[in-house]
Amino acid sequence: MSAEHAQPSGLLGWIDKRFPVVDVWREHLAEYYAPKNLNFWSFFGSLAITVLLLQIITGIWLAMNYKPSATEAFASVEYIMRDVNWGWLIRYLHSTGASAFFIVIYLHMFRGLLWGSYRKPRELLWIIGVVIYLAMMATAFFGYLLPWGQMSYWGAQVIVNLFAAVPDIGPDLSVWVRGDYVISDATLNRFFAFHFLIPFLLVALVFVHIVALHRVGSNNPDGIEIKENKDEQGIPRDGIPFHPYYTVKDLMGVVVFLAIFSLVVFFAPDFGGLFLEGPNFQPADPLKTPAHIAPVWYFTPFYAMLRAVPPIADSQFPGVVVMFGAIAILFFLPWLDRSPVKSMRYKGPISKFFLGAFIVSFVVLAYLGLQPSSDLYTMLARVFTVVYFAFFILMPIYSKLDKTKPVPERVTS
Amino acid sequence: MNPSAKARAAGAPVRADISKVEPGALLRVKYRGQPIWVVRRTPEMVANLASNDSKLVDPQSTVPQQPEYCQNPTRSIKPEFFIAIGICTHLGCSPTYRPEVAPEDLGPDWKGGWHCPCHGSKFDLAGRVFKGVPAPTNLVIPKHTYLTDTTVLVGDDGGQAS
Repeated sequence: MSAEHAQPSGLLGWIDKRFPVVDVWREHLAEYYAPKNLNFWSFFGSLAITVLLLQIITGIWLAMNYKPSATEAFASVEYIMRDVNWGWLIRYLHSTGASAFFIVIYLHMFRGLLWGSYRKPRELLWIIGVVIYLAMMATAFFGYLLPWGQMSYWGAQVIVNLFAAVPDIGPDLSVWVRGDYVISDATLNRFFAFHFLIPFLLVALVFVHIVALHRVGSNNPDGIEIKENKDEQGIPRDGIPFHPYYTVKDLMGVVVFLAIFSLVVFFAPDFGGLFLEGPNFQPADPLKTPAHIAPVWYFTPFYAMLRAVPPIADSQFPGVVVMFGAIAILFFLPWLDRSPVKSMRYKGPISKFFLGAFIVSFVVLAYLGLQPSSDLYTMLARVFTVVYFAFFILMPIYSKLDKTKPVPERVTS
Repeated sequence: MNPSAKARAAGAPVRADISKVEPGALLRVKYRGQPIWVVRRTPEMVANLASNDSKLVDPQSTVPQQPEYCQNPTRSIKPEFFIAIGICTHLGCSPTYRPEVAPEDLGPDWKGGWHCPCHGSKFDLAGRVFKGVPAPTNLVIPKHTYLTDTTVLVGDDGGQAS
């Protein structure tokens, strides 16, 4: 703290002597200096926290009425929809929230790519973020089995069988994950336990993410370290206090987000079969697979990659490796980028081209993962899987070769 | 996290009455939570099996996906009745029964079989996998034995398969 602050008195004083409430307030809000040039892309961090809280609150209310048993699960979801007071609203908030969470996180991650927010000194911040992303995917996967519809059942069947593709230990591993030889009551029960647990780990991870963020400071569209240019009081010249400036800005973002979110919840909760899929309105039938199965949209880019890789030596394992590799490679991103500048603003045309190709490949793979496989689609999926990986693997080369623009001393408006 | 004693006990053999299965029809029985198919193949279906051999990955069923007594051209004890676990050897979906000959979507050479809706694997009417599909091996045939002419016991063969 640079300036002297008066000791608080009264109840606040009593608490502050025992818990550093005033210091925390100052360090993380009133005197946390964020760059003054933050723009639209900086909304998604606070939106992600908003959706996480929404998911936890609606989730707890759903759990009060849901029954994690193979014989009762499907009916209990219908009971929530029809008989529980406001049950339909709670469930639609939760199901729409799941998709909204991934939309927000994908935009948040794209912001990181755009501003170079994974670069030194934010490597660990980025890695914690990727762990959060993985935990989110695990939560979503476990949660998707709970309605015990046809898509829930056969989706889980396919994904758990991916573990069976691991050489040697595979079959035993998949039995261990299911707790049975098939997806059954035991599987549903444990998936429910994990689906309830992991969000609280997510909260802890988000806390750690913010601690790391406040250690290194927020990045900005220019990718300039505002801490390197401080005034006499030690305050960054390009910084403004997070509170009230960004609390108000983020609050505005939350209001706009909730307006759009409500439109989906009230008018298109299944979002044309993307957020809630048709076959999931039928109870799980272990004897019959629906005519077309696909994961929920936020998993489909990785699913398309899985299908794109042909079996090698009678084993599906290479496809599984590629699929998980597509996520694991994110961990290495901070060391793949060798550009002298952080932000896309000052990077050259080659970096911009590769980022564009990466985004296109992600969207195309997401589309392909939703479609039944055909020869043309398999070919396309192979091409775009290569493009996806090329963005990362070639980065050490093209980021170094690329022309860069000079980075200004101070942030631009 | 391994299966409980109850889950392990659920593997008890099941009996199926096959007397009412029409020629060409498929009966589903549940065994260990999985679909077991019983298909009553017509003589033409059995006769057509050999014509697929050149297009199959393992026409002689050399990979032990069946008890020894089913390692034969029809992969069955009786050529008329084909019994298999109805789970794709790729990622575990249950393939769709497509007994018709040469339907539009499966091509003129199709002599009847199964098509997996998940990833497009194809099997013939003896559960043998075609080349060029994601599934690596033929469908699994469970241990089974005929108690009478019209009753089959799935999951137990009196120790024949050892």
